[in-house]
Amino acid sequence: MQQIVYFFQRYKYFLLFLFLEFISLSLIFTNLNFQKSKFLASSNFFVGGIYEKITNTKDYFRLDEINQALVEENNRLKNQLEGTGVTLTQDSLNTNQKFTYTSAKIINNTFHTQFNFLTIDIGKQMGIDSEMAVINGKGVIGITDHSSNGYTRVQSILNKNTRINARLKNTNYFGTLSWDGKDYNTVQLVDIPRQAPIKVGDTIETGGKSTIFPEAIPIGTVAKVNETLSVDNKIDVKLFNDMSNLKYIYVIKNRDKEEILKLENLENE
Amino acid sequence: MNKTLYFTFLFFFLWALQVFVLNNILLFGYVNPYLYIAFIFFYPLRKNRFNLIFISFLLGLGVDLFSNTGGIHAFASVFIAYFRLFFIKLFFNKLEADYPFFKLKSEPFGKVFNFVITLTILHHFLLFAFANFSFGNLSGVFLNTLYSAIFTLVLFFSGSYIFTKDY
Repeated sequence: MQQIVYFFQRYKYFLLFLFLEFISLSLIFTNLNFQKSKFLASSNFFVGGIYEKITNTKDYFRLDEINQALVEENNRLKNQLEGTGVTLTQDSLNTNQKFTYTSAKIINNTFHTQFNFLTIDIGKQMGIDSEMAVINGKGVIGITDHSSNGYTRVQSILNKNTRINARLKNTNYFGTLSWDGKDYNTVQLVDIPRQAPIKVGDTIETGGKSTIFPEAIPIGTVAKVNETLSVDNKIDVKLFNDMSNLKYIYVIKNRDKEEILKLENLENE
Repeated sequence: MNKTLYFTFLFFFLWALQVFVLNNILLFGYVNPYLYIAFIFFYPLRKNRFNLIFISFLLGLGVDLFSNTGGIHAFASVFIAYFRLFFIKLFFNKLEADYPFFKLKSEPFGKVFNFVITLTILHHFLLFAFANFSFGNLSGVFLNTLYSAIFTLVLFFSGSYIFTKDY
């Protein structure tokens, strides 16, 4: 017994050191696990609240630029609508749409680390939960990770853990979009079939093979095609979005998600 | 000024400076200084090291909370807080009787420079090694460490030159 007390007294600082390092390490590991990071996420009330206040002030200096982007997007959507010949009605009871869009504002954005996250200013109160698509007028931004009542943390497309189903525009050649952590303007498309006719400048869009992203949301253009034979057939894709300069985004909720997941689980059993 | 009050103020000042200003600098797109570790350099030398190690943990955790990095800053801060005494003994040749009189400001610049540069590089290397979280891209880790360490050191020495106060 005396020995144990003596041991603790002699190594008390070292034991404290080990204990705190252990806590830090476990926090690092849980942070990289999708959806498990509840404690130290920027979606919590305190951090989200502070970031929101700062952003509100900062935004006054960017109003012009933000308005310009919104007008451009509206213009494009109106033109598309004109082409389809559909007229918009105010009937909110007509609910055969599969995806619903909720607008939100980014209050914190990182893009310089290997595992980047964004924080947005809506949460569970607006029906936002984990695994929903986040896009803006130009293209894909990320997937929601964890939400509190008022804020949500988004796992950016610039995160080494993010995987998104993507395809060559207007074809059915699918691949997986991931990021190698190097350049924040370029992501990588892997596992796309070798026979796919890919050229530099081709557009890459989401494939719609998951329950998260709807079909045909733009991602970027092909920047470099792999000339040599390799296992994963990696292609560099230059993003349409400038990930360092984002403001307003849409969160997409899939109404049929639960039904699809239930069906798929039934098959697996 | 009261010493406890001064270090409480320094703690919150460096934390806020790091989280709200320095984290957003991103020189050349990715280089950030991590000046908050200056708290660990300045903290008074005592025989009881519980306070320093625990406060460093809280400081690191506070920075982590605002940068979505899990516990990377906490890990690196606790590491240099624990090994600070070892390096003080190594660079300044201090005995236990000298502890209450130890002040970083009154030491010769060369020794302080060695001390600060060692701890900064150690801290930044751990930071970027864990931020990278794989054995690939090691050159990126070393380059990031180097650039950020230079940035931090420039800020630290210019800052401590401007605000010379005896603590």
